[in-house]
Amino acid sequence: MNTILAALVSGVIFGLGLCVSEMVNPRRVIGFLDVFGAWDATLLAVMAAAVTVTGIAFPLVLKRARPVLTERFVVPEKTDIDLRLITGSVLFGIGWGLAGLCPGPAIAALASLSPSILMFVAAMIGGQWLASRFERQASTRG
Amino acid sequence: MSFVESEKVSDANIIGGLSGGAMIGFASVLLLLMIGRIAGISGILGGVITFGAAKDVPWRAAFIAGLILGAALYRLIWGPLPLQLQVEGTVLAIAGILVGVGTRVSSGCTSGHGVCGLARRSKRSVAATFIFMGAAMLTVYVTRQVMS
Repeated sequence: MNTILAALVSGVIFGLGLCVSEMVNPRRVIGFLDVFGAWDATLLAVMAAAVTVTGIAFPLVLKRARPVLTERFVVPEKTDIDLRLITGSVLFGIGWGLAGLCPGPAIAALASLSPSILMFVAAMIGGQWLASRFERQASTRG
Repeated sequence: MSFVESEKVSDANIIGGLSGGAMIGFASVLLLLMIGRIAGISGILGGVITFGAAKDVPWRAAFIAGLILGAALYRLIWGPLPLQLQVEGTVLAIAGILVGVGTRVSSGCTSGHGVCGLARRSKRSVAATFIFMGAAMLTVYVTRQVMS
């Protein structure tokens, strides 16, 4: 129960942060990505502040023997820059550049009840499903 | 020749960006400290929509619900969400599919690779962040500067 509450509170603060920083607004995101147009520094400010907080606190937290509510930390252990990382990042970047929406802001923006956002999130889940099917095929084959 | 410099500079929301960014960072720290998980939203979503292999669904669902609830709370306090869609219809759908496929294949998005991965000084996440930002900037350049 406590883990669910902690995740909920973290999600609420994250969602509020996405709105306060206007990262839910595709115009802000496209503005940042439009380096040859009317460049918008907002996203840079968001990343700078967020990474400063996590960059200082993560190493301190990870020094603990275990998290407050669970047995152990679950952090990615892969270190190699493989083809999957590269192609996936390129595909994600193209989609992000087309719409100005990435997963967090898209989900938070569902609160607007905009049908377009709902459609985007559905397409995004469809894309994840598509990729997971290929994963399963690849793993049964090899 | 007149100066059009003013059109080149948009009204960046630095105060909102810094405070919202700090909240995003704090939320990520809270999740790691309390339950030992990385706040990577594509991964958390992928774990809820598991397509068969359900794992740790409750906390993931709670986090996703929290994201929407946070935005709803913003609406309640400050009014309508700042939301100006830049594309509609087919292009928006294609973008959604690409974001879904890409984040699944590369195991992360702006939050997991960006905010959290950079903080863990992960080589993979640094590479991913540079690649998706570069690809996105190139996409915006092609669609909004070259094609328009």
